[in-house]
Amino acid sequence: MRSGFLLFVCWLSVAIGIAAQAPATPLGIGRPATPDEVRAIDIDAAPDGHGLPEGKGTAASGATIYAAKCAGCHGAKGEGGSAERLVGLNAGGSFAYATDGKLIRTVGSYWPYATTLYDYTYRAMPFTQPGSLTPDETYSLVAYVLTLNGVIQDGAVMDKTTLPKVAMPAHDHFVPDNRKGGAVVK
Amino acid sequence: MSQSRSRRSTSGTLSRRRALIAGAAGLVGAIARPLAGQSADQAARARVPGDPTRIQGPGGTDVGSRSSFETPKRISQGGGARRTATQTPLQDLTGIITPSDLHYERHHAGVPAIDPSQYTLLIHGMVERPSVFTLADLKRFPGKSIIRFLECSGNGGRAYRREAQDIEVSPQQIDGLTSTSEWTGVPLAALFREVGASPKATWFLAEAMDAAVMTRSIPMEKAFDDALIAYGQNGEALRPEQGYPARLFLPGFEGSSNVKWIRRIELADRPFMTREETSKYTDPLPDGTARMFSFVMDAKSIITEPAWPDRLTGPGWWEVRGIAWSGRGRITRVDVSADGGKTWQRATLDDPVLPKCHTRFRLPWKWTGSDAMLMSRATDETGYVQPTTAALLAARGPFTSYHFNNIRPWRVSADGTVRLAGGAV
Repeated sequence: MRSGFLLFVCWLSVAIGIAAQAPATPLGIGRPATPDEVRAIDIDAAPDGHGLPEGKGTAASGATIYAAKCAGCHGAKGEGGSAERLVGLNAGGSFAYATDGKLIRTVGSYWPYATTLYDYTYRAMPFTQPGSLTPDETYSLVAYVLTLNGVIQDGAVMDKTTLPKVAMPAHDHFVPDNRKGGAVVK
Repeated sequence: MSQSRSRRSTSGTLSRRRALIAGAAGLVGAIARPLAGQSADQAARARVPGDPTRIQGPGGTDVGSRSSFETPKRISQGGGARRTATQTPLQDLTGIITPSDLHYERHHAGVPAIDPSQYTLLIHGMVERPSVFTLADLKRFPGKSIIRFLECSGNGGRAYRREAQDIEVSPQQIDGLTSTSEWTGVPLAALFREVGASPKATWFLAEAMDAAVMTRSIPMEKAFDDALIAYGQNGEALRPEQGYPARLFLPGFEGSSNVKWIRRIELADRPFMTREETSKYTDPLPDGTARMFSFVMDAKSIITEPAWPDRLTGPGWWEVRGIAWSGRGRITRVDVSADGGKTWQRATLDDPVLPKCHTRFRLPWKWTGSDAMLMSRATDETGYVQPTTAALLAARGPFTSYHFNNIRPWRVSADGTVRLAGGAV
């Protein structure tokens, strides 16, 4: 009995010794993700076009979808309603949002990247049926909203190649955060 | 404290508030008694025996509840049928911890219902081993608990864009989008080591499984600093409105980047420029630019007592109390002024003073009974001092968005009423 107990104590010491060491990485927790699993929910679209799917659309096809699925909240021509305004520019392209409370914030006047419009519309719109739009429908709606804002020409086809090339009027106004703590208020 | 303050609950109805003020009027030095509209108290009072020492009380219960006399509530601005934000009743709280059921809420597509047995977190992108983790997997990793605040970056707008007149708003209505909890989870760094994060990855996307499929891009440094995938809050599972069963928690970073109900993380070598980090949570500046990825919440404080709808019942000693916090580290001092910022006195900080956490401050104050203006000013360990409204207006412009951490001024009138001071004080 006694020697058995001592053996147990010895074993315990060794076990504790091992446990106290930093565990090797990886720990082997979790399981590998399959490519299909990743594809199923990897829906983001980045400014460089990464993640944009096949498909295409124009303002003409977008107008029909917009009237049916978007106008109820965003207004007949994107002027806003129960949901935010999507269309319109400020006089002279003003970006003096910090000092002029009357400026409007729309896709045309404030959004720096066109791909963001695709990404958000596809993932979260319409509000009452989120995630229900096809890539073609989404490209069409994006083309329609960009056309109403005068950002692209009517008839321009939006797809994974053309959309990342759209230059948004507000793009150059965005700057990185320069606050770092310390005495200066920025 | 030789005198009692009027009881209050700004989360009650307007009629209740009026009743409280009416009840307090003229009762200098006495406990102010509610007069009418006190349904909660009346109901509670009916259950109180004449002498509790003469009757056995009820036995234990499975789940406790507050005294029927205590009815703190979250409220929302606007208050439509579908609330997208609710505020913590700061004036009703003591200490630094926010009860979980009073933690502020902000969501973009409601609160999703998620079965924890079906929950998974996918991590992929610039990693050696794209992986899926169940909730049980996350809980198997070496864990960590931290007490930290969480604050919406839009908090405090009412203190920044003030009207010319003094206004009747409570600490809850001004700054109720901040709360503090003990958060428990797995350090994100451990998960990133597990999947073999590429050293070339500089950003990661965090994505929710709500109907907005909410997304934010976060710098990789934050993951290796103090980020958690949290599954616990104040000793139990996260509340559904706080991301059940698991959320990203980024100490000191603006609330919207702390993605709740997290389902996917993708590592990349550039930010993703999602809707929230471009068209929404960016801060216009007077030079015609807008600041992006302004994650850190700068040092801030607010006096929560006395504050509207308090009414001081008479001159004499009162304790000025409030909370201070900074997303950059510890609060090192809080100063309090009773004369609108002409003179300041250093307040006492209650232990514990934790980094990126609400910190309770207190200062005894002898009210002479004449007009006074109370202010608090927080300093953090970087040397940053909470700015005056004028200084912040000069740096940011009157119509900037988010990060409103200017000093909050309370005017105490000779009749003992307290209101948020108007104008650019």
